[in-house]
Amino acid sequence: MARLPGFNAGKTGSFWSLCAECDGTRIRRPAAMTQLLRLPVIHSRLSRSGPKLGFWAKLGRNQRRMPAAPNQGVHRFAIFTACCTVLLLTAGALVTSNDAGLAVPDWPLSYGSLMPPMIGGIFYEHGHRMIATLVGTLTIVLAVWLSLVEPRRWVRRLGWAALGLVIAQGLLGGLTVLLYLPPAVSSAHATLAQLYFITVLSLAVFTSPWWQSDLEVREDAGSPALRTLAVATTASIVVQLILGAAFRHNLFGIVPHLVGAGVAAVMVILTGVAIKKRFRDFRPLRRAMVLLHATFGTQILLGGVTYWVVFYASRNDPQPLPLFISVTVAHVVVGALTLAASMLVTLTCYRILRPSRAMEVSRSPERAAI
Amino acid sequence: MKIWRSRTLVSSLAIGSALVITIAGCGKKETPESTESVPAPAGGSATIDPSTVGEVTGTVALVGSAPTFKAINMSAEPYCSKANTKTVMPQDVVVGDKGALDNVVVYVKDDLSKYSFDTPKDSVALNQQGCMYEPHVVALMAGQTLEVKNDDQTTHNIHPMPKDNREWNTSQPPGASPIDNSFARQEVAIPVKCNVHPWMKGYIAVLKNPFFAVTTKDGKFDLKGLPPGTYTIEAWQEHYGVVDQQVTIGPKESKSVHLSFNASAPPAGD
Repeated sequence: MARLPGFNAGKTGSFWSLCAECDGTRIRRPAAMTQLLRLPVIHSRLSRSGPKLGFWAKLGRNQRRMPAAPNQGVHRFAIFTACCTVLLLTAGALVTSNDAGLAVPDWPLSYGSLMPPMIGGIFYEHGHRMIATLVGTLTIVLAVWLSLVEPRRWVRRLGWAALGLVIAQGLLGGLTVLLYLPPAVSSAHATLAQLYFITVLSLAVFTSPWWQSDLEVREDAGSPALRTLAVATTASIVVQLILGAAFRHNLFGIVPHLVGAGVAAVMVILTGVAIKKRFRDFRPLRRAMVLLHATFGTQILLGGVTYWVVFYASRNDPQPLPLFISVTVAHVVVGALTLAASMLVTLTCYRILRPSRAMEVSRSPERAAI
Repeated sequence: MKIWRSRTLVSSLAIGSALVITIAGCGKKETPESTESVPAPAGGSATIDPSTVGEVTGTVALVGSAPTFKAINMSAEPYCSKANTKTVMPQDVVVGDKGALDNVVVYVKDDLSKYSFDTPKDSVALNQQGCMYEPHVVALMAGQTLEVKNDDQTTHNIHPMPKDNREWNTSQPPGASPIDNSFARQEVAIPVKCNVHPWMKGYIAVLKNPFFAVTTKDGKFDLKGLPPGTYTIEAWQEHYGVVDQQVTIGPKESKSVHLSFNASAPPAGD
């Protein structure tokens, strides 16, 4: 095995070893583990030349760094994890809507055991914890799997970031129980859930064959750039979700959430108009935008129904009843799906659009040289 | 790079473990037997002359029609469904004959500041029977012991949610010994609920003087042993909020007060 400058020769039989056929560029080849897991080995040559790029710039340049064959297994696993996360979000919304947040007064155990009697509110709270454990386990597997087979360092790091988020989310969940649901902590728990969800969703997109294939890339000469509009739309939806969580957990009143809905609606419309004007015939963008419009429109309707149920129809209910529970849970889950759709639009913009040459030169001569 | 990664991983694991241990150990939970330290009785040093005390009696009524509530659904817990064969209605607004209001806390709001009162040694009971709190509203003095019992064959958790006192949340399985706790400061009234059974709601009124009563279905109250003076008598009802009235009683005088809530007023907290 050739010895390269800076390489520790004592590691030839280790997890990370060199490929003797390569030209000396150090690559990752987790031979032992892949044999055990029967995973396909992906080689890639990581070029160290050129200026350092930020995360978003790397997204747009992805097509030059694609591995030879995308790993379908990890991609499907990422999709499965994202779907389980939607289930977890639903379970969490059921806890709040059933007023079962403190049905299990201790943490991390439940009534001093791993499996308490699943009666009343305990069913929702402990059920939520069980699904959270599953999602946490799936995230560990996903992060480790990515570290084994994924040649793109930023994707591997995103996998570890997802793991960090789910651990933080678990700790926040414990804090909400131990501190008796303080509104700020409960709202943070609800918000972090959404951020974790779009992180896992992004991993599913980045590991997809579509993302890693040779796609048609077009120039976006409009102003503001569609990438900017898409990011701003996603950010406005995140803020709207935070305001919704704050209202649901009694941190704020309803007015900020109503105002946020208006702002998010304007952003969605502006982005949709820009796509229609500039890329009417570009199917990937149009499809992503149709998905966003569908989810956002549903969410606005659900928002109206939820307002009526919360402030009028359920006012004198002695307990959370099926109408209240179903409408409020649906509003939370569709909100998460709306954020997901917006994230898909944003990632699509970064994947298949690039700023026009003229705009790149005016912004950064260094970037334009790449 | 490898050494940096492994150090970072170890550090992250160490920090994460420390966080988990800290969080698990630093919860606000209290054991059922522990109680908040009771502050020294406030008020002046004047004593009440038993030969001069009077009383204030009266009734509390609702003017107008009570709101309509849906029946409680206990299907989420089979034991609770079986324990209640008849329809169970919420106890937010219970109206008797001629508008008499049940579960209203009537108390002397002021002015008794020149007197100090000893904390009673006997406890006030709050029972969990048929998956409902019995009574729906209890009243006790600051520092007095509240004894919570579980007469049901299912687990409840008792979760008072005070604003001015210490919050706690304790589970009570069937057959468990009573939970004793107290509240240090006046608060009218502390909502209490069971998170396992979301329809279970009650209230605990904590007062700093012994002149209080909770009305029953006839809406009547009787505040005995009041020294002569001018007082504000306040009535608290969970749905309608508070109403008050001033009354002056002389030595050994008995006065009658009638308090009423307006059914068309917006609910308290709106």
